Amino acid sequence: MQYRRVWTFVSIIAVTATLACNSRADVPPVSVVPESGAAGGGGGGTTGTSSVNGMVTIEGPAPMAETIRMNSDPVCVKEATMTDTEYYIVGGDNGLGNVFVYVKEGISGTYPSPSETLILDQAGCRYDPHVFGLQVGQTVQIVNSDPTLHNIHATPAVNPEFNTGQPIQGMTLDRTFDQPEVMLPFKCDVHGWMNAYVGVLPHPFFDTTAGAGTFDISNLPAGDYVLEAWHEMLGTQTQNVTVADGETAEVTFTFSVG
Amino acid sequence: MPVIRFLHPVGHFSMPWLHHYIRLLATASLLLITAGGLVTSTGSGLSVPDWPNTYGYFMFSFPLSKMVGGIFYEHGHRLIASIVGLLTIGLAVWISKTDRRRWVKRLGWTALGAVIVQGTLGGLTVIYFLPPGISISHAGLAQLFFALIVSLAIFTSKGWHSRYDQRPPLNDRVLSRLALFTPILIYAQILVGATMRHTDAGLAIPDFPLIFGGLWPPVWTAGISIHFAHRIGALLVATVVCAMAGHILYHHASRQELCRPALLLTSLVLIQIALGGWTIWSEKHVAINTAHVAVGALVWVTAVCLTLRVHREWFATDEQTQHRDTQLEGVVTHSEAQA
Repeated sequence: MQYRRVWTFVSIIAVTATLACNSRADVPPVSVVPESGAAGGGGGGTTGTSSVNGMVTIEGPAPMAETIRMNSDPVCVKEATMTDTEYYIVGGDNGLGNVFVYVKEGISGTYPSPSETLILDQAGCRYDPHVFGLQVGQTVQIVNSDPTLHNIHATPAVNPEFNTGQPIQGMTLDRTFDQPEVMLPFKCDVHGWMNAYVGVLPHPFFDTTAGAGTFDISNLPAGDYVLEAWHEMLGTQTQNVTVADGETAEVTFTFSVG
Repeated sequence: MPVIRFLHPVGHFSMPWLHHYIRLLATASLLLITAGGLVTSTGSGLSVPDWPNTYGYFMFSFPLSKMVGGIFYEHGHRLIASIVGLLTIGLAVWISKTDRRRWVKRLGWTALGAVIVQGTLGGLTVIYFLPPGISISHAGLAQLFFALIVSLAIFTSKGWHSRYDQRPPLNDRVLSRLALFTPILIYAQILVGATMRHTDAGLAIPDFPLIFGGLWPPVWTAGISIHFAHRIGALLVATVVCAMAGHILYHHASRQELCRPALLLTSLVLIQIALGGWTIWSEKHVAINTAHVAVGALVWVTAVCLTLRVHREWFATDEQTQHRDTQLEGVVTHSEAQA
């Protein structure tokens, strides 16, 4: 009876060890290019000579930036060059930065995925850029520029979730997204203050405002469109815009605080 | 020689060293539950993306200098879990060699099986990105394991054998039913709390003790429903615990083995309710939130302890039978030897 129990126990350990050895090890070698799903196809979508530009502003006093305490990782304390939260980046004329502006409706056809690789850097224990856009099937390369461990945890609603460790400085990871999604969050579970947002779109008509709050979406075909502006704290706003061939339309989004 | 004495099979009498070992394991289990609470409270559950390795390192060779940020909590939790696992292996083997009670031996092996399943659940919840079902099961099984270890500590205690079994039977059907119902209710409340934690419903109702300024939610979402159920559960637990404690103090004031845990249980429930309110006021401050998990575990095992003591006489019959069988076995062996 005793021996039977011991053998049962040994068997359980063996099965568990087998499962463990076959477990996902999300620590890739220096660079991993996973199989990408169908990229953004080719053909159908057109470009034009119209453009939409403008400004995103904030009305009312934006909350002050808070200082992030990075004490949980001494490397971050040493490497960080920017320790303020970046929820509200306000420039001159109340321009609001880190706003993702894109054409939400009115685009037809499919557009090929650009071959250009976008870089999402983890430097100074912050994601750079904080907000950016990407096309379906386009490659984003996530780089660890810090001499500490990061994990890149994407928590999409539509695309597959992933969580990968980058323990060594210089490690890179290439990813693509097969489904449009606005916005797809990234976070680091090691350093809870780190996050980024990417807008994945099936077309190239999007932009992210910098500190001045301006945006420029060019090469649009003439037509009627719905434009949406997304901010991580202030939500979204939409506006209708019509552009003729060669025309530049100006649009202003104003987010109110308080 | 001490080693031989420890391993010598005995009758139903407890081995003090075994009892102390189990108490150590119970303490480690509470520490493990607290560490697990810290992992969830700090959002560190996925800070180590791989399992059972840690960033490619074998678990026990991961450099301490790299235990930064969320890794400190998650990897620390894994290390404590490994220690608890090893202690549980020791427990199962030690009990199987020293305790003559077959049901106690079975409990020892059950504890070992439970800790293996628990470790597997912990790994699966990381691999599959914290699905609520697995995370809640992980939390629920942790509490069952803790209660099992505490129960084994009770079954191997001197008090269980030499003091409580000498007492007259309680003959109190009301207390018997209360004592069976209370831990079940508390465990159900723990499961609702775990569901609330792992579905991010902890602040679904942002004020306390009122509910959106009133006594009833003005709108119902999944999160609000779970949170409201947890508050109602707290009221029910408090009512039942106070009723049971009052009943014990009124009818069995001379039974210190019942009065003490009853008073302790009542105090813990009041502390737990205060911590629950404080968790909301502090917007889920990590320390308060985690303390709420740890005290919840203590409420649960205190109720289990009280239940076992109320029903001590159930076990007395079984242990007396096994003790008599052990003595008869000795007599038969002696007779055969003489023949």
